[in-house]
Amino acid sequence: MSEKGTGSAYFLEERKDTTERHTFSILVDNEPGVLARIASLFSGRGYNIESLTVSETDEERRLSRFTVVTTGTPMVLQQIRNQLDRLVPVHSVTDLTVTGQPIERELALVKVSGKGEKRIEALRLAEIFRASVVDTSTEHFVFEITGKSSKIEQFITIMRELGLVEVSRTGIAAMARGAQGLA
Amino acid sequence: MARTMTGAEMVIKVLAEQGVDFIFGYPGGAVLPIYDEIFQQEKVKHVLVRQEGGAVHAAEGYARSTGKVGVVLVTSGPGATNAVTGLTDALMDSIPIVCLTGQVPTHLIGNDAFQECDTIGITRPCTKHNWLVKDVNDLARILHEAFYIAKSGRPGPVVVDIPKDVQFATGTYVSSSNTAIAHKSYRPKLKGDQPAIQHAVELMAAAKRPLFYTGGGVINSGPKASQLLRELVRQTGFPITSTLMGLGAYPASDKQWLGMLGMHGTYESNMAMHGCDLMINIGARFDDRITGRTDMFSPGSRKIHIDIDPSSINKNIKVDVPIVGDCAYVLEDMIRAWRGLASSPEKSALKGWWKQIDQWRAVNSLKYKKLDDVIMPQYALERLQAHIKDRDAYISTEVGQHQMWAAQFLKFDEPNRWLTSGGLGTMGYGLPAAIGAQIAHPKALCIDVAGDASILMNIQEMSTAVQYRLPVKVFILNNQYMGMVRQWQQLLHGNRYSESYTEALPDFVKLAEAYGGVGMRCDHPADLDDAIKAMIAVKDKPLIFDCRVAALANCFPMIPSGKAHNQMLLGEDVSAEEIDKAIGKEGKVLV
Ligand SMILES: Cc1ncc(C[n+]2csc(CCOP(=O)(O)OP(=O)(O)O)c2C)c(N)n1
Ligand SMILES: [Mg+2]
Repeated sequence: MSEKGTGSAYFLEERKDTTERHTFSILVDNEPGVLARIASLFSGRGYNIESLTVSETDEERRLSRFTVVTTGTPMVLQQIRNQLDRLVPVHSVTDLTVTGQPIERELALVKVSGKGEKRIEALRLAEIFRASVVDTSTEHFVFEITGKSSKIEQFITIMRELGLVEVSRTGIAAMARGAQGLA
Repeated sequence: MARTMTGAEMVIKVLAEQGVDFIFGYPGGAVLPIYDEIFQQEKVKHVLVRQEGGAVHAAEGYARSTGKVGVVLVTSGPGATNAVTGLTDALMDSIPIVCLTGQVPTHLIGNDAFQECDTIGITRPCTKHNWLVKDVNDLARILHEAFYIAKSGRPGPVVVDIPKDVQFATGTYVSSSNTAIAHKSYRPKLKGDQPAIQHAVELMAAAKRPLFYTGGGVINSGPKASQLLRELVRQTGFPITSTLMGLGAYPASDKQWLGMLGMHGTYESNMAMHGCDLMINIGARFDDRITGRTDMFSPGSRKIHIDIDPSSINKNIKVDVPIVGDCAYVLEDMIRAWRGLASSPEKSALKGWWKQIDQWRAVNSLKYKKLDDVIMPQYALERLQAHIKDRDAYISTEVGQHQMWAAQFLKFDEPNRWLTSGGLGTMGYGLPAAIGAQIAHPKALCIDVAGDASILMNIQEMSTAVQYRLPVKVFILNNQYMGMVRQWQQLLHGNRYSESYTEALPDFVKLAEAYGGVGMRCDHPADLDDAIKAMIAVKDKPLIFDCRVAALANCFPMIPSGKAHNQMLLGEDVSAEEIDKAIGKEGKVLV
């Protein structure tokens, strides 16, 4: 491995590559099957999906925006980008992690049930996390919490001891910082 | 002017407008309205195959030999699933195919109706794009779009799934000129980046050991790309090799040609790949049959990669100068840039490199031992080559040793003459592909170089060839084995020939006759020339030539899996022990 000297030594670099976590924004035509196309591209080529969210974001042009969080070596991440870009209904693929630290937020609904001390403690902690109560009875709360995934995970961990029943998370929505938008 | 008509009428109208003269298909309940329209017109001719898989391969042969889009029409359910292998084949080899599938009526979709299948779901990963048409008013636009997507950019297969009620429904036809507005999201980049091209040409001018490595992309780009490639190669004086898919883009009879590269490529081309200081990849994709072991692939070279598909670049091999664009466009710009160089490089600077290459050539890596009483498969192909060399010939193949020998021993001087399943390696491709080529070139000599095992995978298409009086020749190198499988078992699995011997082969002569074609057999080298002449003379009927060849011949040279280009095995004289040493444990798990 020592005598590389001339030319490109692509393979030596590749072996040392570590995996990175990147967030992609994908603008697509909102047509039937587009979710399946994107999801099956990931599974078919063996890429990871850590989080995937999608919704129509431009009603007039009928565009949907996917946010996909994935991991891979730099070479694989470039492949993911190029493979996505190759799909016919895809307008643009942006690796938000390459362009800068993107804003990433998630929403979760967290149901907690209990009585007495535990119930009071759950409510007190929810206030600290700025989670709001969206449903309640004398025996339960449903909290709505938004923020970075790490914050949500922390909140869930704490609630586990206080009577956590179930969790529903949206996955990550992301966007680049600054005045510019995606094409 | 907008016109109203039924969906089925629209299908035919679009085909006519797109200049389609032949479609390959097989009828069924869900496409009957379209077949009814076919019956009532004469512009678009239908070729009835005997299995839908044959239809797609025939359309591939048609497309590959003409540069046009191949069109397929099949029914829902089993019709569509039978087409899947061909679609995957076309995707891997970038062949433009429009496949129309019937579907159950829209109100039955999802009901597990008779002959329903999720065609769109099943074909999503094996097409460039696909559509389910739910409204007849979208049909014409989608069909025109389908042709555009199939043939533009990196070509590939597309599927348009048309429910039966949509075929019956009446709607508004739109012509292609009305849909030709720039596609919203799909816009392949044709022109290469000028600074990157300039940089590439400067590297070329400074290179001491340059090599062109070209692929199917040159052929897909069209005849002009092949023309420009020849011009650039001649101007630079560089050696050139090509992948299996790229054969014919550069004339095999030229002295700068090194032969095919890769797993069964020539010694000189693989050694040149390994030893070059500049590799210029034009329309090839660093596939694993080409690179061998990637971490030992051409370690001392800078790499230029021209490809219309950005996802092919830096996928397997990291390159120094990526150029995204259509080969013809980029080649044109490269030639201009080469001519514009401040001082034109001396061809004599390459003398040392060519000397080295000549030494590699002298190894004569395709040599084999001729026998007096047994036909060696290589010999059969050498003789075939001698008889077809001045003819207007199109060659298809099946998959196996015979395919590799055909690539090594037949010489292609023009593009679009060589039809083979490269990426998918589909046994059963060759006969229908030859039929497709013969349909497109009725006067030409269309030969399927076949193996005894592969030919049985789509043998039913003999019946198609008889029906249309197609003088397709099936030239079987009959070694009674799945030779390529047997070779691997010999080299990698201790000579245990598990299930690779075909105990009961048909009598191919009688089989040909049973279909209404001509059968011939040859089992002696001395008879071969006359037999080949007689084969070529047969007109109006398909023919099977059962060429009995040595059973246990191996295909060399060979880069064992998991090895580098300079670790090639040469010739029949390698001992079992040497082979065992050559292929490490890790190599054995590779395909
Ligand atoms: C559809 C399909 N099934 C299996 C294979 C695996 N395979 C590759 S070559 C081969 C043997 C081909 O035998 P034959 O057609 O007699 O050709 P030969 O190698 O003897 O020239 C097989 C089974 C394949 N390529 N395609
Ligand atoms: Mg065989």
